[in-house]
Amino acid sequence: MRAVLVRVALVGVVTLAGGGCRRDMQDAPRYDPYEVSTFFKDGRASRHLVAGTVARGQLHEDAAIYTGKSADGFVSALPFPLTHAVLDRGHERYDIYCSPCHDRVGTGAGMIVQRGYKPPPSLHEERLRKLPLGYFFDVMTNGFGVMPGYAPQVPEDDRWAIAAYIRALQRSQHASVDDVPPADRGALDAPAPGAPSGVKEAGHGAS
Amino acid sequence: MPQVFHRSTNTFSRVSIFGALFFIAAATYGLALINRSAYVTQAGVARAQPIQFSHRHHAGELGIDCRYCHTSVERTASAGVPPTQTCMNCHAQIWVDSPVLEPVRASYRTDTSIRWTRVHDLPDYVYFDHSIHVQKGVGCATCHGRVDQMNLTWQESSLQMEWCLDCHRNPERYVRPRAEVFDMAWEPPANQLDLGRELMRTYKIQRLTDCYTCHR
Ligand code: HEC
Ligand code: HEC
Ligand code: HEC
Ligand code: HEC
Ligand code: HEC
Ligand code: HEC
Repeated sequence: MRAVLVRVALVGVVTLAGGGCRRDMQDAPRYDPYEVSTFFKDGRASRHLVAGTVARGQLHEDAAIYTGKSADGFVSALPFPLTHAVLDRGHERYDIYCSPCHDRVGTGAGMIVQRGYKPPPSLHEERLRKLPLGYFFDVMTNGFGVMPGYAPQVPEDDRWAIAAYIRALQRSQHASVDDVPPADRGALDAPAPGAPSGVKEAGHGAS
Repeated sequence: MPQVFHRSTNTFSRVSIFGALFFIAAATYGLALINRSAYVTQAGVARAQPIQFSHRHHAGELGIDCRYCHTSVERTASAGVPPTQTCMNCHAQIWVDSPVLEPVRASYRTDTSIRWTRVHDLPDYVYFDHSIHVQKGVGCATCHGRVDQMNLTWQESSLQMEWCLDCHRNPERYVRPRAEVFDMAWEPPANQLDLGRELMRTYKIQRLTDCYTCHR
């Protein structure tokens, strides 16, 4: 009888002890992104790369792609073929990262400027229209004057796409009828898609 | 022998037997309610933050896109919380003397991280990935509510398993065109179910309800 009691007690103790060792799966012993670390002095679990290490595929051998410059100055062509998808991507990225200051058409009257940020020059200035594509890539990568660099927020491909889109923006503000293929010119007189028909009539008044 | 109990106790005992059943049912229901309540899930409770950062101001009134700050939301599991550098992009020039922003400047000067209080925190045994939801047309607002109208951020949804599953079983009720994912004001159209089924075909959305989708 005594032996049985001892056994039961032992099983009980071991079970309880096992329960006490429970690892809470709610908060597993690993670091999540941005978690605080007590191990590293600066308290960050997300570490910088050790200086001098290069991740696979990130050697950045081709300087022109990553700096916008080649031996003889800024490059003037995209490092990849220009397609409609590239322009659409550039459009989207421009609206996210540049339009707060440069506004959606590039005249430099964005929301942040209206709240007191130094006004940037219009992207349609004569000087900027003449500068090669690589220049815009460089401004985005390293910043310019008070404008911060956007390399930490925008990856290389996207920076090139934005540069291409800026070119398109610049042309759009200096376009003439000759830029429209003859076959499409008839469409110029049609009402803008989505424009309420009443607006057009109001605008043309007496006609 | 005299009757110990009065006849009326018969009714009492009947009522208490049925009453017990009713009580158990009500208690279970009550517990279920409590478990889903904001008290347990912390939904709707704005968290105190080291800096009075306002989404209403930045995303709503200034119209800054979510991706300006949460840069990795389209590419990785984590949406990303902006580094101090991102704040300084603008605040190196705007409100430079404001005491409200002193912690931001201090963080920039001394190269120490700002310790934001986490608002959403799934248990570590759950796998969640932002990129797939963004790619398949689930809007930020579907899960996070109108962040662009929050001063201090709160958690809009319960983040309970039943909430995830409700959508994983019936994605057609919630998905929207990819181009509208970041539009906080998007409202489902009257024919959401038709649109949803159509999108499920174009984006090849499956109904992912296997346990290993989220517990891996
Ligand atoms: C926080 C506001 C802000 C944002 C966002 C911003 N810029 Fe600027 N940008 C400026 C200001 C201010 C200047 C003028 C700087 C100066 O003259 O000191 C400028 C100047 C420029 C110039 C002209 C350089 C020259 O030679 O005059 C280009 C090109 C440019 N920005 C491109 C971009 C692109 C592309 C983006 C998006 C990736 C962008 N900017 C985002 C504020 C901004
Ligand atoms: C100007 C930068 C900025 C912009 C723009 C921005 N956010 Fe944030 N977001 C932050 C910061 C900083 C935090 C951390 C502080 C907090 O929780 O309020 C945060 C936190 C969050 C959180 C809570 C994170 C947690 O701790 O669980 C959500 C959800 C969120 N943002 C969604 C959005 C959405 C959706 C948008 C677009 C409408 C957006 N954010 C735009 C900077 C920004
Ligand atoms: C794209 C520009 C931009 C970025 C990036 C930005 N802010 Fe702001 N922020 C502003 C502007 C503009 C104001 C002031 C608006 C006004 O004058 O009404 C402001 C105001 C504020 C205020 C004042 C309180 C309020 O909301 O009224 C705080 C605090 C603040 N920002 C914190 C932050 C933090 C923290 C970050 C980084 C996560 C950040 N901001 C990133 C543009 C920005
Ligand atoms: C399917 C629902 C869902 C959608 C859609 C969604 N989120 Fe989240 N978000 C979550 C959950 C769940 C968490 C908590 C993740 C965790 O604790 O690991 C979270 C966390 C966050 C965080 C905190 C940092 C992190 O990644 O843990 C930010 C910031 C955020 N979301 C922003 C966004 C933005 C911006 C969008 C729109 C592009 C978005 N979310 C879309 C469910 C969603
Ligand atoms: C509003 C709708 C919605 C909600 C809420 C939602 N999801 Fe999803 N989830 C989706 C859709 C749509 C997909 C894509 C399915 C596909 O790929 O076919 C998905 C896919 C996933 C995947 C698959 C990712 C992969 O790489 O295989 C995971 C994991 C996931 N969700 C986790 C969660 C978790 C955890 C929650 C709750 C915190 C959640 N989801 C809430 C709609 C939702
Ligand atoms: C769409 C994602 C998703 C799927 C699929 C899923 N779960 Fe979960 N599960 C969750 C989330 C999120 C939680 C965390 C709930 C919370 O924190 O309240 C969770 C929690 C749990 C818990 C812990 C409950 C607790 O309170 O500790 C168990 C057990 C569980 N899930 C089992 C399962 C099983 C079994 C399946 C398959 C039939 C499954 N889950 C499928 C998302 C999912």
